[in-house]
Amino acid sequence: MPNMSLKKNPMPSQEPEVRNKNFSEVALGYTEEMAVDEAQRCLHCKNMPCVKGCPVCIDIPGFIKKIADRDFEGAYEVIAESSSLPAVCGRVCPQETQCEGVCVRGIKGEPVGIGRLERFAADYHNANFKGEVHKPESNGKKVAVIGAGPAGLTCAGDLAKKGYDVTVFEALHLAGGVLVYGIPEFRLPKSIVSKEIDGLKAIGVKVETNMIIGRTLTVDDLFADGFKAVFIGSGAGLPRFMNIPGENLKGVYSANEFLTRVNLMKAYKEDSDTPIKQNRRVAVVGGGNVAMDAARCAKRLGAEEVYIVYRRSENELPARAEEIEHAKEEGIIFKTLTNPTEIIGDENSFVSAIKCVSMELGEPDESGRRRPVVKEGSEHIIDVDCVVMSIGTSPNPLIRNTTEGLETNRHGCIVTKDESGLTSREGVYAGGDAVTGAATVILAMGAGKSAAAAIDEYLK
Amino acid sequence: MYKILKKKSLNPTVTLMDIEAPAVARKAEPGQFIILRTDEGGERIPLTVADFDREKGTVTIIFQIVGATTEKLNHMNEGDELADFAGPLGRPTHTEGLKKVAVVGGGVGCAIAYPVAKKLHNIGCEVHSIVGFRSRDLVILEDEFKACSDKLCMMTDDGSYGTKGLVTNALKELIDSGEQYDEVIAIGPVIMMKFVAATTKEYGIKTIVSMNPIMIDGTGMCGGCRLTVGGETKFACVDGPEFDGHLVDFDEAMGRSSMYKPFERKKYEETCNLFREVK
Repeated sequence: MPNMSLKKNPMPSQEPEVRNKNFSEVALGYTEEMAVDEAQRCLHCKNMPCVKGCPVCIDIPGFIKKIADRDFEGAYEVIAESSSLPAVCGRVCPQETQCEGVCVRGIKGEPVGIGRLERFAADYHNANFKGEVHKPESNGKKVAVIGAGPAGLTCAGDLAKKGYDVTVFEALHLAGGVLVYGIPEFRLPKSIVSKEIDGLKAIGVKVETNMIIGRTLTVDDLFADGFKAVFIGSGAGLPRFMNIPGENLKGVYSANEFLTRVNLMKAYKEDSDTPIKQNRRVAVVGGGNVAMDAARCAKRLGAEEVYIVYRRSENELPARAEEIEHAKEEGIIFKTLTNPTEIIGDENSFVSAIKCVSMELGEPDESGRRRPVVKEGSEHIIDVDCVVMSIGTSPNPLIRNTTEGLETNRHGCIVTKDESGLTSREGVYAGGDAVTGAATVILAMGAGKSAAAAIDEYLK
Repeated sequence: MYKILKKKSLNPTVTLMDIEAPAVARKAEPGQFIILRTDEGGERIPLTVADFDREKGTVTIIFQIVGATTEKLNHMNEGDELADFAGPLGRPTHTEGLKKVAVVGGGVGCAIAYPVAKKLHNIGCEVHSIVGFRSRDLVILEDEFKACSDKLCMMTDDGSYGTKGLVTNALKELIDSGEQYDEVIAIGPVIMMKFVAATTKEYGIKTIVSMNPIMIDGTGMCGGCRLTVGGETKFACVDGPEFDGHLVDFDEAMGRSSMYKPFERKKYEETCNLFREVK
């Protein structure tokens, strides 16, 4: 008999007023009892809409059944058949618009906590698994993967499982891409990312850090070095700015820089050699998940007041509902329908304030959302000493500028033929933000997975 | 890991190192830079490529001890290994078609100016080098510059070596004496580059400067290295590091470089104390 409770088992979490002063993980994870209880909420319906809602098609009812039966390692094995990074996805996937968004239990009440169960199974495995990892037999064919982020790691993992000799080339000194430089420790502990990457290494994936493709090596060099296919998962690395006066003042950061200093370079730790400005009042411009991450980091670094400045209304905030809720609980102040027009500096060129106008919503624009229009005479000043621009990123130009015959669109995104990720160059596949522009971890993983299947077809 | 194969002190605060980094050496060109970390937990710092040997697979760096990381680096020895050494980054110096160039180097910037002068010399360009230092004991790479320059002007602030005065004095004199340059390439402290650019602007001589702002990744990701060039925001790491000196907003660049001064000073003192205690 399934558990007919209309509500999910709540996620145990650190209290807001405690967690907004530390970088430890916010959500603490289900206990075994909670996980079994939640798993019993799954109706095991025939259609399995959740599986279709998952970009990497995890057998969701399958793994949930194993949890209900208390076979936690078995649950992990089911997930691992489809996902290369279960502990990561259980934490950062937008389940509400994917698997959980289409769960039958969501019609009346809350859907099954699929993400929380996925996280539970993955954490159980990471804490308890002592067995030998099965390393697939090599087929001797070399594949190069550019970028050790979600797309690249997924592609590499899937190909390694099929026996390919995979090398991942990473520009930074640490593998993980956005999982290590972007998403903060309190949302995704870095020890979890490194464990997932160790898992990939154990099945034979090689990771070469400090290799900037487009500079240290080109795509053509990779083919010359004997790689038979190349997957480009280099992400959307180039930060955008608003092009308003004052953006080069001291104290204005791109979200990428702010988060990289905090997460990759550990600037929040006393002993880190990498500096970050100490701020009292911070404005984060933008309304996506990255903006929420930046705002919550700023709070934890000791800022007294942190604002989210967003030009549309709260309903249009692109961030996940859960992230917005967490941010509010931690004391982040939302200034919606507000748009910066200028950043003002003091006599030493440090940020002292941000000039904004109020907006109201007009007719819908091409995105279908109501276009924000400036309210006459609404100019006002917010005193801040730091501004973080979190208004999106564009793909990095290094690869497209050095790879002849690689078609890109006017935004600089790599053009792919279809879901396989095949580009205009034979043997070159691409996926993730490098193709779509800034999107989510799981969509990038889905693209990496499709490309791995296509590369396998191509090299068979 | 990247092994230090050679370490040589060029003057009391400037050190040269050859680093084993075959992948970087294979592609490096004058004008480009690398990013290194001395150890796990260390900071990422950019340093310009001073020289490279593709056959030996080595890259030469020359650095001045200015902060915690360069202090740590200076305490490393031959045989030690750097945690990270990535590159080459940035665009190489444009040398094609140049027939006569004045290369201006200031202080440790001479370490970056030298490979540019050498490359120009190797492609048959007439090279006039003007190098400036505070005093005699800080002079570096004199023989190297001599070997690749058709004319060398040695300048010191205090007159303890060469001619007393600034590099701009020497440059102005050369131009006024009728030397006609296709281009002036100036590499050194931002303030020096600013004044070289101001000098050449009067004469309408194209001037290239090499910017060295604060940077994290060096691949375009963080945007920390942005500067204003001709009214537009550029990233030194992917659009530069070399820019048209007549268009760069030098005052803004100097301001941005000083952003973390108090932190840097504190870290530097901590690091120095640490090494003192170890002794």
